[in-house]
Amino acid sequence: MTRDQAATLIGERFGIAQVEGDSATIVVTVPVEQWTPFALFAKDTLGCRFFNFSTAVDWKEQGLEVVVRVDNVDARFGLLMKTRLGPGVSACPSLVPVYRGANWMERECYDMFGIRFEGHPDLRRILLGDDWEGHPLLKSYAVDTPHPPYR
Amino acid sequence: MSTVAPTKTVEFEYSGGERLTMNMGPQHPSAHGVFRAILTLEGEDVVGVDAVIGYLHRCHEKLSETLTYAQYPSIASKTDYVAAMTSEFAYVLAAEKIAKIEVPKRAQYLRVICAELQRVASHLLWLGTWCLDMGGALGGGATIFLYCIRERELVLDLFESLVGARLLYGFYQVGGTRYDIPPGWAETCRETVDLIDRRIDEYERMLEENPFFLARAKGVGLISRELAEDVGISGPLLRGSGVACDLRRAEPYSSYEDFDFRVPVETAGDCFARYRVRMVEFRESLKIVRQALDRLPEGPISSRPGLKSVAQVRVPKGEYYARVEGARGEVGCYLIADGSAKPYRMKWRGASFSNLAVLPHIIPGHKVADVVAIMGSVDPVFGEVDR
Repeated sequence: MTRDQAATLIGERFGIAQVEGDSATIVVTVPVEQWTPFALFAKDTLGCRFFNFSTAVDWKEQGLEVVVRVDNVDARFGLLMKTRLGPGVSACPSLVPVYRGANWMERECYDMFGIRFEGHPDLRRILLGDDWEGHPLLKSYAVDTPHPPYR
Repeated sequence: MSTVAPTKTVEFEYSGGERLTMNMGPQHPSAHGVFRAILTLEGEDVVGVDAVIGYLHRCHEKLSETLTYAQYPSIASKTDYVAAMTSEFAYVLAAEKIAKIEVPKRAQYLRVICAELQRVASHLLWLGTWCLDMGGALGGGATIFLYCIRERELVLDLFESLVGARLLYGFYQVGGTRYDIPPGWAETCRETVDLIDRRIDEYERMLEENPFFLARAKGVGLISRELAEDVGISGPLLRGSGVACDLRRAEPYSSYEDFDFRVPVETAGDCFARYRVRMVEFRESLKIVRQALDRLPEGPISSRPGLKSVAQVRVPKGEYYARVEGARGEVGCYLIADGSAKPYRMKWRGASFSNLAVLPHIIPGHKVADVVAIMGSVDPVFGEVDR
């Protein structure tokens, strides 16, 4: 499986035309309904078994975008998969059943963006304290937001 | 007024099935920082673990949205403060890739020299502290630690004469490096490299002829290849589990393709395999430093004007995920630029974060004493875990 074969397969199976990226990376945007099936396909068919990271981007009024990167370490290509949740939506299927590495990464996303990953076995804050208010990486959260002092 | 609950007396009658919850950390000497592991024990055996992190969180990702491309590299070094050079490296690579900024060959070589010296310094600290954790098995424990710190000082001295700082450098700048090597630096560097090379042989003999060390490291903390990839651990841990993945070889950046070095791989996946991978990496890093010093090209050290110039770094709209092989694994920076002077979003992929996430999968089933050995073999730096 090479990078180009993988790109062709993605087009055939999921009908996703906009396969961008460079010689070692494929960048695809997947509809949120196909998020878990696509991850399964990436792991089993494309051989992207290495879970690199998962994160999110706040595109303000256009809503949140979840970004996941997985790698095929043998064939040396990476797959950057994205999904748009839509304005005001904060629910996304969890990838923990597919990749165990998604556990902590999705907890961090929940912590920082308030995205509720459905099907996550243990969705709670990871970096911030349990009593923290708000989700700091949202663009609506000001850098100088006051918070009560620690005790 | 609150009332005090009356004291309850609980009687224990141990029959083998009782469980005990034990807090390891946040202030535990083996944690190498602030990390709390809530262990569930059945006698000496660990049956469950909950890892609590975040004590060192500074929200680097939010901070980066408020700092320009010229300002942030010095802050990036504060994510992984034990290997500050490689953290800066990932950030400047991402910005350069989006802005299509060429880096002069001399700067690329200087970057490689510093990144490799940093790997040596970082591995020295790991070896010392890990052996300190293994404590009594090594005849008092502190012997190797003090030896390693002695050698690390030599590397830090080199950095000090190059940058002026010993821990957090700000050496990498978008477009090149901030300083050129001072006169005589290359010779001192060569002497240091030769010295460390000899000393590592010494440590290897001290450790590998010690039956207690072998007993504590071999067969402990097994990570299978399947688990390693699924959780996304990288660096010496991944290579200790049989995956020959080194970004310097797989995706050469900054002229790594010019150098001749070996990528060590071990298949056992235990603490000893990770130790072996790092011991070989020491030598390979020193080899790369020698080669880079030999072939260091002449020329400018940056394609941009100096740092104090008013010219901003212009980064057009775009996104890129740049990654480097740090001392602990893949240090990545996913940068989204919107054409302004500051990034729109920056995701920091800390190698230690992913590496630490493997602990809950491998610790259960071990004894409490092994937890310390396993944690040390993962080599987490909490500045990078919590960012």
